[in-house]
Formats: sequence, structure tokens, C-alpha cells
Amino acid sequence: MNTIPYFPGCSLKDTAASFESSAQFVMEKLGLQLQELERWNCCGTVSSLTTDDLMHHLASVRNLVRVQDLEQTELVALCSMCYNTLSRTAQRINADAEERDKINQFMDRESDYQGAVVVRHLLQVLRDRIGWQALEQATPHSLEGLNVACYYGCTLLRPKEAAIDNVEKPTIMSEAMAAAGAMPVHFPFAGECCGTYQVVDRRDLSIERSFRVIQSAAREGANVIATACPLCQHNLKEAQRELAGASELADIEIVYFTELLAAAMGMDSQKLPEGLSARMQQVAEAQTG
Amino acid sequence: MSEEKLMQIFIMGKAYNVPAGITIMDAMEYAGYQFVRGAGCRSGFCGACGTVYRKEGDYRLEFALACQEMVEEGMHLTQLPFTPAPRSRYVLDDLDAGENVLLQHYPAIARCVSCNTCTKACPQDIEVMDYVQAALRGDLEKVSELSFDCIQCGLCSMRCPADIKHYHFAQMARRLYAVTQSPEPDHLQTRMSELAEGIHEAELDTLMKMNLEELKQRYAQRVIETEGEAS
Amino acid sequence: MSRAKTVSVENFRARVEELSGENVFACYQCGMCSAGCPLTDQMDRLPSQVIRDLQQDDITLLESNAMWVCASCLACEVRCPKGVDLAKLMEALRQLHLRKELDHVSIDEMSPQEIAKLPQIALVASFRKKTG
Repeated sequence: MNTIPYFPGCSLKDTAASFESSAQFVMEKLGLQLQELERWNCCGTVSSLTTDDLMHHLASVRNLVRVQDLEQTELVALCSMCYNTLSRTAQRINADAEERDKINQFMDRESDYQGAVVVRHLLQVLRDRIGWQALEQATPHSLEGLNVACYYGCTLLRPKEAAIDNVEKPTIMSEAMAAAGAMPVHFPFAGECCGTYQVVDRRDLSIERSFRVIQSAAREGANVIATACPLCQHNLKEAQRELAGASELADIEIVYFTELLAAAMGMDSQKLPEGLSARMQQVAEAQTG
Repeated sequence: MSEEKLMQIFIMGKAYNVPAGITIMDAMEYAGYQFVRGAGCRSGFCGACGTVYRKEGDYRLEFALACQEMVEEGMHLTQLPFTPAPRSRYVLDDLDAGENVLLQHYPAIARCVSCNTCTKACPQDIEVMDYVQAALRGDLEKVSELSFDCIQCGLCSMRCPADIKHYHFAQMARRLYAVTQSPEPDHLQTRMSELAEGIHEAELDTLMKMNLEELKQRYAQRVIETEGEAS
Repeated sequence: MSRAKTVSVENFRARVEELSGENVFACYQCGMCSAGCPLTDQMDRLPSQVIRDLQQDDITLLESNAMWVCASCLACEVRCPKGVDLAKLMEALRQLHLRKELDHVSIDEMSPQEIAKLPQIALVASFRKKTG
């Protein structure tokens, strides 16, 4: 089977383990194995934005060195924050020989980073390397009946140089969902911020933002929200738990997009989120009945 | 007096001529310093004698244990004061290893920038940064394995730009891993039940009745088990 | 006597421009950033006002909460018709505090119970943006 170097990130080994396991299931079905880097460290999580703060790019660059040591030039990430941070650092450091040199001198126990690694998000790999047609053929358990609002949040779309699709009107995740038989729901908050790390000291703020995302998706008729980020997922779930009460908003399934694809490919329903399994069951009954 | 090769070193800026081929600790004592604190086992196990030095022509500031590192010509050095890092208080049995328990007690782990300075400071050649990273993703087993040789000298935490308390959280991880995840060692069980049965009482009684000379003799004649032999 | 920790910056605007790599005079105050910012209702100064204050070298901007409410979502960055990266200016303003050990989040005051509820991705991100 073909393989591609893969960066998991901390959350995928802990709070977002199902994001990773579902993605691995999907990629194996598609004949492209995610090959986890043997040694990796935190991606950096958020991009350091000042001109002189190279120290906070070290984490990203070390991971790029691991890819280079494998004699590869491509790294795929699944968590959208990891993708964003790794990609932005790679683009900055690949383009700037002087900064690269400074970092290489600091990391005196690593091999010098040559500046050739490109970071991609799994959705890009699905679109550009696998293709929607192949995805459609690999998803016999159609997601028909699921109205999926694809929530991109910030880090798959911004800044422009890290955007995996059109910044204001992304369709990449909707296309993946459509290929798996779901009905994509267009909603205006698809690229709005969930409140991100503000949940640490301004929880009020992240809950409020995330709840608006859920409300917007519900208003447009979604019964599922697909996410690509463990932090978006956390914030949306917290907002739903806290504010949805007994309303229909409480019934919206908030799941990783890979969990939906895995469901469509027949992943054991016990490994899927409970609500999603139940919905898949309903869908199957409706189709046979 | 035998002809010794002498070399010049600098202790807190003052030059001394000391014999080649001795440790920093021996060199300091040779130069007239007396260790009242900051020295312990003198064998590289207790971690009490952290030292900092710079070699001539080297841009790096180096860290080591004074009882282990050999002096070199032109070395500038001094002993480090004891700077205890704050330690979290916890009751091992009350902890839930399934949660982000290390971060709960040592949140600064999340401040790691992957600079690797901790690893470079470690006199035990532990991959310290790698175990910080394992801690971040909640991998108690990996933290325990990677940090196993830690002697708690604290040089990592003294160097860390993120103020992480490496040696404390690694100890917590090893304890937690031992009680929650790792299989219970058979030989420990055997010995515990032997103690409960009291089968060593007679031997202990004999030891208790010996005088100092007899004890010393007994100690000198002891048989040391090689690794793997104990069971 | 302990050293007082304050942000005192000479040539305030020039320092922010240097740290951010942005030219604040490129902004013509159209207000697009404020219109698209998801968090303005929590800010004591609007994003466009932050740039205005920088243009006027108004050092009281350092007392504003805008830089701490900004979540670096970059909605402003992608929409600015003049290509000003406001998120970088916000980061520079945060850095002026953090480099003087004026942390906005106090790690020591967080309880284990509080941290238990948070994923590490949130903690790392928050500490990177709000502690120095």
C-alpha cells in the first residue's frame, strides 16, 4: 500500500483519538496509509506572528526535519490547527534562507533543514490525490438523509497562503460529504471563529461564538455538523451542552468529518459516536423499509 | 613528590592550577574549596552537585555534575545553588490517569517550545524534550520509559525557557504509570509475602545483635547480585 | 526591592511596526476589519480603532483589552483591502507585555479541576498567546 508521512498532533492521541482512528480507517480503505512520523513534537499549535520570534517556529521546523530525514517532501496533517501552524512555518522558513540558517544553527543536534517540505491537510489529499469519484466508489453505506453543515472555522481558510480552498466560499469538505452521499448544507457561519483558545480564560466568549455556529447550521436545516479541528469540536460540544437545553439544537450531531466518511465506509458502529451510529441506523432502516 | 601534569582552570573567575584527569569536584577541593552542601554521593547518582562551565573557545554554556565531569584546560566553572522547583501535592490513589493529569498538576508543560535546551542540559543523556512532548499527549508509559534514568538534579528545569518542572512531573508520571498501568512485578509480590510471613525475622535479629566491627566485616563480605539474578 | 514591571515603550508606533512588520499608515480606516471581527462586542476598542491609535502613536492603546480578546482568527487579515495584517499588530501589542513578564493568563492560579476540562490544544495555544 502507498504511504504518506503523517503528523498526528497531541489532541489526536488523547481527547480527539476518534478523529485519528476514523481517518486511518478511511485512508486504508482508500489505499493510502497514513505513516505516522516516528518521532514528532508539538506542531506549535498557533503561529507566531512577530518578525523576530523565531523561537516559536522551532517546534514546527523540527517536525519538518523528521520528514526530510525520511527523504520525503510532503507531510499530511489532520488537525486543522496543526496543519495551519506547520504549513505557515514551512512556507515562511522555506522561502527565507536567512531565517532557515538561524534556526539550523540553533538546532545544532538536528540535520539542517533544507526548506523543501510542503504541508497538506487530509482534505487536500482526498481531493487532489484520491479524487471525489474514488471516494464515492469507496462509500457503499451512503450518508443519504444526513444534512451536513461543514464547519471549517479559521485555520483551514486563513491566512490566504494556508487556505486549502476558497477563503470566503469553501466547498472542499462539502464535496467530500456529497461524494459520501450526504446532503451538504450551506450556512453562513462555516468560516466563523469558534472562540478557539479563549476557552481557557474567556470561556463565556468561546461558548457564545460556538453557539452561534450551531444556531446558524440548525437554521439552515443541518442535523449534523462536521468539524476538522479538535478545538472547534471541543468548543462546539461545550456550547451545545451548556446552551442547547432541550431544544432541537441538542439533537445536532457534532462529529469529525472523518467519522462521517468512516461511517460511510462501514466502520464498526461501536467505534463511531453514539448519535452518529443511531442516525446511520435510521438511514439504513429508511432505505430498506 | 611525583611530577603531575597541572592545568589551569577558573573557579568563579579566579585561576587555579589543578592536576589533569580529575573531576570538577576533586579539582575544587584541590583548590581549597570545602563542600558543606551541594555534594552527596560523589558517584553521579544523587544529583546534588550541578555545575555550570564554559570551555575556552566554545560558544555553549555547559551543564554537568561536578562529581562526574573531568576538568579541562581553561575551563571556567562554578557550582550551582539549589533552586527547588515547586512540586505539586497529590494523593496518588486519588488521581485519574485517564485525564490530562500531568497538565493538571504541571500546566507549564503546555508552554514547551521544543527548543531542546533541557535535553542538552541533562547529565544523564535523557531525551528530556521528547518526554515533555509525550507528557503533552498524555503518554504516561513513554514519559516513564524515557525519564527512567533521571536523578532529579534539576538542571533541565533550571535551563528551561518555559519554566517547566521536568523532573517533578516525570516522577509523578512514573509513579502513576507504576500504580495504574504497568504490570505488578512478581519479585516484589514474592518479597512482600515473605516479609508478611516473617521469614527474615531470625536473620534480622542476628544483625541487630552484631557490633559495629562485625557489621562492617559482614558488609565487606556481602555478595552482590548481578542484574537479572534477583528474583 | 522588586523591579516594577511595566511596558514603557519609546517610539511606540515604530516598535509595533518593527515587531509586526506592518505599515500602519497603509490603513485608510474603511472599517472592514471591525465589520468582520467576530469579537468586537467584547473589545473596548474596535480593530480599526486599534490601527487608528497606532497611527496617532497613542500609547494608551497598551491598556486596551482588544489585543487579549483578539483570537487571531484572521477574518480581518483576509478582508483588508489594503493588505494590512491586523493580527500581526495585535500580536506585537501582546508581545510588548509578555516580553516584560506581564502575563495575561496566570498559570499558577489555574486549578487542576479547571485544567481537567480543557484539551491540551487549548492550553498550548492560550499559553503561547498569553504568557511570555
